Amino acid sequence: MQRYIMIRILQALLALWVTSLIVFSLARITGNPMDAMLPMEADAEEYARMEKHWGLDKPLHTQYLVFIKNAVRGDFGKSWKWQGYTAMGLVLERLPATLELGGAALAISVVLALPIGVLSAVMKDTPIDSVGKIIALLGQSLPSFWLGIVLMWIFAVMLGWLPTSGRGGLERLILPAISLGWFQVAVIMRLVRSSMLDVLDSEFVKLTRIKGLSEWKVVWKHCLRNAALVPLTYFAINAGVLITGSVVIESVFAWPGTGLLAVDAVRARDFQVVQAVVIVFSAVFLCANLVVDILYAYLDPRIRYQ
Amino acid sequence: MAQATSQSVPSITPESTTRLMTPSRRFPGLPLFILVFLLVLPGIFAPFLAPHDPIRGSLRARLKPPAWVQGGSLTHPLGTDKVGRDILSRIIYGARISLAVSLVAIVVSGVIGITLGLIAGYFGGKLDALIMRLVDISLGLPVILLALVFVAVIGPSFGTVIIVTAVLLWARYARQVRGETLSIRERDFIARARVAGASHFRIMFRYIFPNVINSLTVLATLQIGAIILLESALSFLGAGIPRPTPTWGAMIADGRELIVVAWWIAMFPGLAIMLTVLSLNLLGDWLRDYLDPKLRNV
Repeated sequence: MQRYIMIRILQALLALWVTSLIVFSLARITGNPMDAMLPMEADAEEYARMEKHWGLDKPLHTQYLVFIKNAVRGDFGKSWKWQGYTAMGLVLERLPATLELGGAALAISVVLALPIGVLSAVMKDTPIDSVGKIIALLGQSLPSFWLGIVLMWIFAVMLGWLPTSGRGGLERLILPAISLGWFQVAVIMRLVRSSMLDVLDSEFVKLTRIKGLSEWKVVWKHCLRNAALVPLTYFAINAGVLITGSVVIESVFAWPGTGLLAVDAVRARDFQVVQAVVIVFSAVFLCANLVVDILYAYLDPRIRYQ
Repeated sequence: MAQATSQSVPSITPESTTRLMTPSRRFPGLPLFILVFLLVLPGIFAPFLAPHDPIRGSLRARLKPPAWVQGGSLTHPLGTDKVGRDILSRIIYGARISLAVSLVAIVVSGVIGITLGLIAGYFGGKLDALIMRLVDISLGLPVILLALVFVAVIGPSFGTVIIVTAVLLWARYARQVRGETLSIRERDFIARARVAGASHFRIMFRYIFPNVINSLTVLATLQIGAIILLESALSFLGAGIPRPTPTWGAMIADGRELIVVAWWIAMFPGLAIMLTVLSLNLLGDWLRDYLDPKLRNV
């Protein structure tokens, strides 16, 4: 088990390193980043001064070593676009908004998916099950940003119940959280349904029925507790997916989180900030995957001995 | 070890979720119909089908609603956008981009993935370990973010979108092909081919490859849906095919700003994406059941 965890951690670190390498080389191989930063009419002297300032006059491998040395300490340099801020500072400042949105989306997806999944399994091949199937199918075919716009149109524009965008208060959180969580509803629901079907089929459920427990108790207490294990391990992965998905949804709802920061930084060609966002997101994503892998190995001994 | 984990831990990705709960064996007539009339035909014959110029609008016809809404007319059946461009024509031309991007990206990522998968499965050993490590890393990357970075650096263009999708999506093919190659490699006809003096290259592509085509077809069908979603998300963020080329994602982005006054700008391209991806998913599910019931977990 320890060996397994060690290998997974090493793999995650390797992936993070590759990500940093991709980001670093992308920013350098395609010509001088100064071209994007300096005005067209800048002269050679100005170029030289800026290159010295950003350390771009040193050889590439030296630049990379400096980059890694600083990155390990969480230092990705100063933002080019947002004067007076460090790249990491900006990311950390925006991170709570993204976590709030991701958390709400996760909560919504669980609250919706659990009952639908359980009902679909208990009432297999009934209209309720069909509704569940349609939700699952739509969940994986709808572009989330479009769903967000449609929800905005219905609930903010036509009905006027909720504000269209921005952050602050529960009423501004609902629509982006639903748009972001919708895909997850489909995923979690399917997992709950299939593991519920397995459990409903097992011997101990027959026993609880023979004991004369109410159907309600059989399903929601004894079955769900066993069936929830598998979907539970997926939550961490979902957390990672949600964080990435927020890039799109935050743009739709002008939600001032890290995803929106990434999009703005890319548009402004602010590489320091882009680097910081990608590395932080990758780290979160990889951590979530790592947690899942370890949880999985813990729950299912077959994996760690393979 | 690493290979075991990469196979036994289920991945949460679009195609692992695309399977319907009960495989329906009915022929997917409607999905196929939708694909032909929404993606393939418009994609190929856009200039003949589109009633108006997709790029130049008429300023007198700005923000016209769809035909069935008050103020709309049959000249612009699905309405116009803020510079008077016909939505229907833009959707038809947008199909062209979706079709082209997905086909080219599928081929490019397929060629990379299949070749590496065959090599990994056939030769095994260190080469296999190296390639599978690359696969693991590639599957662990946050796709849309890296795509944004790529685009920011190289600049948005058709080629960029292809490179991004191919670089980020080859790993699934590699994993699939490698897994199947491992078992095919042990079969008698491979040993016989080797005795007969066939080269490694010939064995891989003439003997093993034909045996993995079925599962690749299923995977590719599902991947096209994923690519269309990815491309539209990139276009929506302004990192896809540059304007003024009409793409479904960029049209939705246009509509986002005007959702208060003109809902139809964002609505119809979104419906097009949804119906296309939905149909591809249904088709993929059916293909899987039809070609090989054992492939449930692709």
